[in-house]
Amino acid sequence: MNMIIKNKTIVADDWTVLRLQEQETPENVIVAAGKVIVPLKVWQAQRAALQDRKEIGVWLASDERPEELKGDIEKFSVIAVDFPKFSDGRGYSIAFNLRARLGYSGELRAIGDVLRDQLFYLQRVGFDAFAPRPDRKIEEVIKGLSDFSEVYQTSFDQKLPLFRRVQRKANEAASSQ
Amino acid sequence: MYHYDEYDQQIVDERVRQYRDQVRRRLSGELTEQEFLPLRLQNGLYMQIHGYMLRIAVPYGLISSQQMRMFAHIARKYDRGYGHFTTRQNIQFNWLKLQDTPDILADLASVQMHGIQTSGNCVRNITSDEFAGVAQDEVVDPRPYAEILRQWSTFHPEFAYLPRKFKIAISGGKEDRAAIYAHDIGLAAIKNAQGEAGFRVVVGGGLGRTPVIGSVIREFVPWQHILTYVESILRIYNQYGRRDNKYKARIKILVKALGIDEFKRQVEADWADLKDGPGTLTGEEINRVASFFTDPAYETLPDHDSKLNEFKADSRSFSNWLSRNVKPHRIPGYAIVVLSLKKPGNAPGDATAEQMDFVADLADRYSCGELRITHKQNLVLADVRQKDLISLWQEASAQELTTPNIGMLTDIISCPGAEFCTLANARSIPLAKLIAERFENLDYLYDIGEITLNISGCVNACGQHHIGNIGITGVEKKDHDEWYQVSIGGAEGNDSSISKIIGPSFTFDQVPEVIERLIHVYLRERFEAESFIDTVRRIGHAPFKEHVYATGFAAQEDEADGKHVVLPAQYEVPYYSPRF
Ligand code: HEM
Ligand code: SF4
Repeated sequence: MNMIIKNKTIVADDWTVLRLQEQETPENVIVAAGKVIVPLKVWQAQRAALQDRKEIGVWLASDERPEELKGDIEKFSVIAVDFPKFSDGRGYSIAFNLRARLGYSGELRAIGDVLRDQLFYLQRVGFDAFAPRPDRKIEEVIKGLSDFSEVYQTSFDQKLPLFRRVQRKANEAASSQ
Repeated sequence: MYHYDEYDQQIVDERVRQYRDQVRRRLSGELTEQEFLPLRLQNGLYMQIHGYMLRIAVPYGLISSQQMRMFAHIARKYDRGYGHFTTRQNIQFNWLKLQDTPDILADLASVQMHGIQTSGNCVRNITSDEFAGVAQDEVVDPRPYAEILRQWSTFHPEFAYLPRKFKIAISGGKEDRAAIYAHDIGLAAIKNAQGEAGFRVVVGGGLGRTPVIGSVIREFVPWQHILTYVESILRIYNQYGRRDNKYKARIKILVKALGIDEFKRQVEADWADLKDGPGTLTGEEINRVASFFTDPAYETLPDHDSKLNEFKADSRSFSNWLSRNVKPHRIPGYAIVVLSLKKPGNAPGDATAEQMDFVADLADRYSCGELRITHKQNLVLADVRQKDLISLWQEASAQELTTPNIGMLTDIISCPGAEFCTLANARSIPLAKLIAERFENLDYLYDIGEITLNISGCVNACGQHHIGNIGITGVEKKDHDEWYQVSIGGAEGNDSSISKIIGPSFTFDQVPEVIERLIHVYLRERFEAESFIDTVRRIGHAPFKEHVYATGFAAQEDEADGKHVVLPAQYEVPYYSPRF
């Protein structure tokens, strides 16, 4: 079974991610039984059959829009966002929009080129599960979650900016003048 | 200036720790170079010709004497005794070793500095008006907002992997001294009819291979909403900016493709959701940050010092310096002094460790212990008492920092070029030296008057040649020789414009003569007191072009056939080195 990081711990995971192979189309691909995270296009093409499954997941490519899932969001046990390359940052805004604008509250998983040094940012925009690139040691990757202990700005994880959360120091020299 | 509190310090210290570990993983082979690259870039570390180059942020150009001394220390201990101040108000060190860089960043953190986001596809160091807080024409002091934006953009989780780099500039005077129309976002701090502060927001400007003057997206965003408005612009850009082609990835291309109206519509639809939310700036926070930028205890002084006038009459050099390098201050009896890093024969923007220590001492003794770095690659002492000007000038002259050429032809802006940069097609710095030497005669220089000359070693435009009155770019042609394209008519500031190429490109040795000919046409055609740029705008390019190409150039031995003038200006598109 695969190991993933979920809610800040390493856990076993029994979902499989369906990626279309050559020859396969969203319409003709056979979605295996069990817990499968399907591409958005497959969901859209085979919705009628898939929506009755007890557990189904969907993943978005970095050039797909989260709004496509509007109205369906409650149906998924997991939504994943794919990072074709870690330097493709669209997934961060997709996650933020899914959480903050579409109100998705289930598991949000980063898949693809998911590496240690991006984890801190990924968790901030709303990811709570991470499937690191298979060639990486997951025990190393998880350390990325705790690189920083304080942040300035709001995002999904932190609704208040630092200046609204704590009393910060003004210039003492100025106030005593 | 701003002082870190425990939160700022903690964030920077944790960054050093994180980076130290990344370097360890790179050196042990755990990280490939490809994976390490964006990590080091987000700490300002490039790989260049001589090894690693580190770019250190000087937020909005403001620096304390203590921080300047740290630069001198780094120059001595880890580099070859000098550093290079850039048009983005940063400093670069060119000769570093990777192993040393965690220690360098730790040294910097000890004086509240860092290299965070000085490179990479993220929000870069925010630049501002070098005369902020002291300029006579100031409407709103931009510094507190620049600091707040610095904090907001530092490690913004959503915008660390943008399609391309992102540069924000902010000005606060009636005159824009921060080139805000040449930035991804330009903010002009202004007041509305009710006297409330806010920003005119300009978006989609930028230089590089497709120069664009930014468009106004909103005439007035009240100060409370500036963070959320900028956030929405970045979110739209992050989602829709092109990622398939590095040359088309800047926000300017997206704004052009959508049109400013559609781009605005999308931004404001996103913003509707954030406006008045918790990201809204509070009065307490702006007051807190502004408390670091209050006036020093200015003395009450007469605005004209009789000693100065006497000395001026005695010393032509001093009088030249006073009229070129000393700018009016908003407080009577005070002055703004620009220390020139443009002595002809020197590399524009370079300063030695001795000069850094020296200017730090000057700042302590004459200007409240603070300095500014200008986007024209000079240094500023912003709070000098007029009665100290004579002794300041005498001392600074001994360190070659008083060349009286600010705003003149020899105040050349130049990128590092071929000696330091792997992308270069041209030797920017030697060319700058050659031109400066040609125009060393001060009477001639002053007769020419206000003019800007910018040199970039390639189309990337680090020397901002598109907004120079005269711009020079290194281009590569099929024969892989270095060639120089000359353009005129560019300008920054309130009346920004992009320069146009005058014609076929030139060899290195021809360029000074070309400049000479351009100047000749200007002097011939100008009305009284008309500046170079105004003459170009009035008479157009044709007379300049005609005169420049009318006669051949003194033949160089190896190119006596003059093919350089005949060749069309087309050239192979220079490549981006795979290392960046
Ligand atoms: C030596 C290493 C450097 C490298 C490899 C480098 C690389 C680049 C590249 C690739 C671009 C084009 C970006 C684009 O079009 O998307 C660029 C633009 C720019 N760089 Fe540099 N640069 C270097 C040094 C500098 C220095 C020393 C300065 C300041 C003097 C500087 C200031 C700028 C500016 C002002 C731009 C134009 C901004 C714009 O495109 O809007 N760079 N640089
Ligand atoms: S303009 Fe070109 S040559 Fe000059 S520093 Fe930039 S990338 Fe290098």
